Amino acid sequence: MTAARELLSAEQVGRAMTRIAHEILERNGGAGGLAMIGIRSAGVPIAERLASLISGIEGSAPPVGAIDVTLYRDDHGALGTTARLAPTDVPFDLTGLTVVLIDDVLFTGRTIRSAMDALIDLGRPAAVQLAVLVDRGHRELPIRADFVGKNIPTARGQQVVVRLEELDGADGVVIEEATRD
Amino acid sequence: MTERRHLLGLEGVAAADIELLLDSAESMKEISDRDVKKVPTLRGKTIVNLFFEDSTRTRISFEIAAKRLSADSINISTSGSSLSKGETLVDTARNLAAMSPDAIVVRHPAAGAPRLLADIVECPIINAGDGAHEHPTQALLDILTIRQHKPDLSGLSVAIVGDILHSRVARSNVFGLRALGAEVRLAGPPTLLPGYFADLGCELHHSLAPAVDGADVIMMLRIQRERQGSHYFPSLDEYAHYFCLTEQAVRTAADDVIILHPGPMNRGIEIDSGVADGPYSVMMNQVANGVAMRMAVLYQLIVPGADGIKGSEVPEPRVAPVLNVAEGS
Repeated sequence: MTAARELLSAEQVGRAMTRIAHEILERNGGAGGLAMIGIRSAGVPIAERLASLISGIEGSAPPVGAIDVTLYRDDHGALGTTARLAPTDVPFDLTGLTVVLIDDVLFTGRTIRSAMDALIDLGRPAAVQLAVLVDRGHRELPIRADFVGKNIPTARGQQVVVRLEELDGADGVVIEEATRD
Repeated sequence: MTERRHLLGLEGVAAADIELLLDSAESMKEISDRDVKKVPTLRGKTIVNLFFEDSTRTRISFEIAAKRLSADSINISTSGSSLSKGETLVDTARNLAAMSPDAIVVRHPAAGAPRLLADIVECPIINAGDGAHEHPTQALLDILTIRQHKPDLSGLSVAIVGDILHSRVARSNVFGLRALGAEVRLAGPPTLLPGYFADLGCELHHSLAPAVDGADVIMMLRIQRERQGSHYFPSLDEYAHYFCLTEQAVRTAADDVIILHPGPMNRGIEIDSGVADGPYSVMMNQVANGVAMRMAVLYQLIVPGADGIKGSEVPEPRVAPVLNVAEGS
């Protein structure tokens, strides 16, 4: 039994993404030298949307890539871990670019740690920034997001679920009270 | 929930598990295109490559796969080890097991040897070819290669031509391809094409033409030169006359036919040089896919929490192996 409570509506998700796109441009002084890398699976459609929002504002879209961090995780075999592999697809050289790493939810920071290792194996970016739709706290590593759609205080046992049109048919963020037995 | 997981053969492995392995291999491919061809996934894991039979391609391929996943791999081959001093397979296996490897890749001339090991040691066993029984990773990479050219395997007609009797590659391919719904046609001289393959749902042909006619995929098997003089066929020349894949034969296949060969090939005996080097030959894709496929197998069997392979406890071979030396106790 889980009870779901809406944290962000579809409109709020859209507005948060638009704001993040503006913040990315503001911080980096335009779209030149930027690359958007989404973390599979939910980070990828968010990266694509941010790139198209940036293109709408600046007229040129930064390149978009996808990385799968499964092979870099430190929690293989942990409870509930499913390790379905997906391909990493970064069809351009990262070296010298400012990479904006993108994920849906920032929680313990372990996925981001894996993603940074994966990124560094692909090239040497000039800088790496982190954009997330939701920061729910409970960090286990010294990692902080540069761009946050919404900060949401949560209890550790709760589940924050980001739904995206591309993957789930509609946008929205809900929080579920996970009942662990 | 620590069920032991092995890859002893493709017999009895579900289509979903084969597809999982193929999908994982597709994800692994990109790693070999990087400047730094390595991921940390199997750091600290030890993989023993135990080869009781000569092998270049398969052994190197497993070794590269292990290294690209950051595992430590150790090669033991018959020469220069206690394997040549008369130690039995079981004793060797017990000694290795005492060193707690995380997986053992084994090639052995006797059908059933990997299965015997699987009963003795705790770690996953990966069959890298056992006698005339199975060679599952070769078949998986063949199927991966086929799938890259023909995404839907169901209903695809695949011709496998040559020495079917002694071919573990053919046997594993038959199980894998049939599980995925492909139609398999086998062709070879009657002495090298056992009738029991019909029971596995294959079409049998004793000449090349009907097998190749309209085929989407042609897989040529190596004729082992050492079989000449063993009365399976009168001479290599005669074999070549009837079964060599020529340009002319290829023209009767589907327009977009692809041609596979597990190597090493005998040019002019089972395959014409022109065909081997022709535009429909995908042999180099096979070799490149071999590393990714073996990375996927190592990953799925060793990493806890990976999807794993269910149903990989292979039943007793239904096909009577030719070299039936060391069947399990």
